[in-house]
Amino acid sequence: MDVLYFAWVRERIGIPREKVVSDAATVGDLVNELRAREDRYAVAFADLSALRVAVDQVLGDFDAPLDGVREVAFFPPMTGG
Amino acid sequence: MRVVVQQAPFDLGKEMANFTVGHGDNGAIVTFTGVVRDLPGTPMQAMEIEHYPGMTEAALAEMAQQASKRFSLGDVLVIHRFGRLKPGEMIMMVATAARHRKSAFDAAEFLMDYLKSRAPFWKREITEEGADWVASKDADEAALDRWKVDPDQGG
Repeated sequence: MDVLYFAWVRERIGIPREKVVSDAATVGDLVNELRAREDRYAVAFADLSALRVAVDQVLGDFDAPLDGVREVAFFPPMTGG
Repeated sequence: MRVVVQQAPFDLGKEMANFTVGHGDNGAIVTFTGVVRDLPGTPMQAMEIEHYPGMTEAALAEMAQQASKRFSLGDVLVIHRFGRLKPGEMIMMVATAARHRKSAFDAAEFLMDYLKSRAPFWKREITEEGADWVASKDADEAALDRWKVDPDQGG
């Protein structure tokens, strides 16, 4: 699946998007897999309360299942308007 | 209904003039315009707005549809820019048309409240001291609470 990062999450991880092959069942499981990869992921995902997630471009939560999902995005709380 | 996400500036006068055309049955049109505000103290060189192409358009369309339904709007327009903007530049606008003014005002506020914290935009303020991501405010999240009551249930 495609994993996208925005704003300071993108800056901390260092890339805007990447392909991730994963058997993670939920968004939370995917986060744990990414955290275990490298420090920059662990730093970006240190405090999940500071993060929001979109699953196939719809706001979701960290319990959301990933079965059949094509795109997951992580970002800080939005500041539009 | 029209939702636009663009980098280029928009012509507020032209947009407002176009929006009023063909709305004879709507007695009230409300518009709101958001402008890049300079910082107190250190002058801001620019504001950079990042967004999530694809999701942004879908999220704004969903908000516009909800506003339309909830406030029985005759029409609704949302324009939001991204990229590098200078203080004083217009970031975004909403326009709502309804039979009466309360619905038009309420719908504009509803749209602004949701846009602030549910549309995937992220602002960064650039000064000579560096670049800072704008933090979301608790008040922005709290502003959504008043819309969570079903209007048919007396909210």
